[in-house]
Amino acid sequence: MAETGDGKKEDADYKRLQSFPLIRHTDMAEEMRVETMELCVTACEKFASNNENAAKMIKESMDKKFGSSWHVVIGEGFGFEVTHEVKNLLYMFFGGSLAVCVWKCS
Amino acid sequence: MSVPHKVGTVKSKQATNVKAPVAKVVKAAGKKKDEEEATDTAEGEEWMPGKTLVKPPDQLDLTEEELNEEITRVLTANNPNAPQNVVRYGFKEGCYKPIIFVDQMAIHFELEGNLVHKESDEGRRLMAKQAEREEGTGAEKLDNVAKAGEKERKLTNQFNFNERASQTLNNPPRDISCQTEPPPRANFSATANQWEIYDFYVEELKRREKSKEKQEGQVLNKEEDKSKKKIIQAETQSDDITQLAHAAKIIERMVNQNIFDEVAQDFMYFEDAADEFRGEKGTLLPLWKLQYDKAKGLSVTALCWNPKYNDLFAVGLGSYEFTQEERGMLLFYTLKNSSYPEFIFNTTSGVMCVDIHEQLSYLVAVGLHDGCVAVYNLKKKSDQPVYNSTASSGKHRGAVMQVKWQKDDLDSNHNFISVSADGRVVSWTLVKHELVFTDIIKLPATDKVPDDLKDVIATAGTSLDFHKQKDYHFLVATEAGKIHKGSKYYSSKFLETYDAHFMTVSRVRWNPFHPNVFISCGWDWMVKIWDQTIKSPIFTFELKTSVTDVAWAPYSSTIFAAITNDGKSRDHA
Repeated sequence: MAETGDGKKEDADYKRLQSFPLIRHTDMAEEMRVETMELCVTACEKFASNNENAAKMIKESMDKKFGSSWHVVIGEGFGFEVTHEVKNLLYMFFGGSLAVCVWKCS
Repeated sequence: MSVPHKVGTVKSKQATNVKAPVAKVVKAAGKKKDEEEATDTAEGEEWMPGKTLVKPPDQLDLTEEELNEEITRVLTANNPNAPQNVVRYGFKEGCYKPIIFVDQMAIHFELEGNLVHKESDEGRRLMAKQAEREEGTGAEKLDNVAKAGEKERKLTNQFNFNERASQTLNNPPRDISCQTEPPPRANFSATANQWEIYDFYVEELKRREKSKEKQEGQVLNKEEDKSKKKIIQAETQSDDITQLAHAAKIIERMVNQNIFDEVAQDFMYFEDAADEFRGEKGTLLPLWKLQYDKAKGLSVTALCWNPKYNDLFAVGLGSYEFTQEERGMLLFYTLKNSSYPEFIFNTTSGVMCVDIHEQLSYLVAVGLHDGCVAVYNLKKKSDQPVYNSTASSGKHRGAVMQVKWQKDDLDSNHNFISVSADGRVVSWTLVKHELVFTDIIKLPATDKVPDDLKDVIATAGTSLDFHKQKDYHFLVATEAGKIHKGSKYYSSKFLETYDAHFMTVSRVRWNPFHPNVFISCGWDWMVKIWDQTIKSPIFTFELKTSVTDVAWAPYSSTIFAAITNDGKSRDHA
């Protein structure tokens, strides 16, 4: 039992170890992508316990930088189908268990 | 109108009572005046020629006596409009009392003036104000005075000024509206679960490990790069350019095929109606002429078809003149695009022979004029050969005349064999990054060379061919006119030697169908067909000039083609 418990812990640690931000799908330009990814990482780290505030921070910063009507979803388990403006979508994983989806559609 | 008149003046006298209403008198006087006016005018006009007297209708008819009566008129200062019997209630007496004195003044015209006496209070005040104002503007006025000399002050009148306004032409307003196209949109859907995230991370880690391995390893697997790119979907500029190159290539081919359409048709189906009349002979139609500008000055030294892609063939360019500059090229043409070569490789010295691997059609071996052999990989984009033999690694001391690929050896390394003018037959093996050479056999010296020099002066090998079925048997032709049959496993001696030609044997080839037959051609104008078991040739053909190359037809065991020095090609059956 202790072994399996340790195994699970290791598993979880393993996942945490791979907590680097990983882009799952995007069609943004290079610069925009890098900036957005960094912003998401900052926000998620800052509001690790509150997804809503993190999303709020991301959305407001994106609105200021890249123009109005960005939408942000942060969570651990959800499915989605969105319409987005071409070259304005970023879908990435972070922290081993968080998924962030950012898109623009006015 | 003057009252006293000469004739017929009427003076009316009426006793006027002060208190009597004056209105009547006025009226009466008015009437009289009217009368007088009428008579005046009548009198005034009497001296004018004959006008009768005009009487107003309501004029009093008076007798002449009454008319001549003098009536005196008295003008008094009494106001006829003033009331004459005003009574006022007196509180003292408790009854109405008549007022005797009534104001008789009748005001006909009233005008309020704005003149103020200097000495009065108001006058003095105004004077003081004016003095202050004058002091304020005194300085300016002094200046003005000083400038212009003595000038009288102009008093600006607030009420006397000119106002002028004008309006420029305003362009009429116009409504224009416009709607930009909305930015393009796309749909995207995905699911975010714990397991999906985990799986993706695991994949990513695997990918990263693999890429690290590959960096150490040799060959990069391009498919994985493509899959990585698909996932990241980063659109970089280089992708766009390569896609453009691909499209441009296709278009170039299409254009060429359109231009050379007839030629392509001939290539596929060539039936010359004149063939029926020629009897045994047929016609040979040259189809394409392939030229490359930078290859001017170089002669074509070698040709090789690609076994896998039927339209691709390799051309080796060099020079037969040994004194000329050392430069060479390896070009690959495809029949689909006959105007420009597909691949171009520049070599340090002239190319003497080319061979393409049977299975791996991207491996090309070339033998160079300076004795080097090189292997090019067509899949790689670089201009440099993948392998190159150097002086230290056993390159030939003479020009390499022929190279031929062999089957992979036991270690599954690719290898090929070359024969050169220094008399050595060498097998080269592609081991990792190097070419490892193994001398297979050395061509024996001719009899004419004295014994002590046999080791030094070598006989040049000119052609090499391997048996189709028995891979270890090969034929080597020499400059001395001999053909040696050797075996790969037997390195010291030849199995057989045939005295083939008097001069250099330029080409020897096995028959692709008959296991024992081979053909050779030489500069002694002869083409000979041999059976390997018999020492003398089976057939001999004499052509008028030296034969430089001979080849079997791939579809028939009895047809071969020969090329001679006079530029003619002959087919024999």
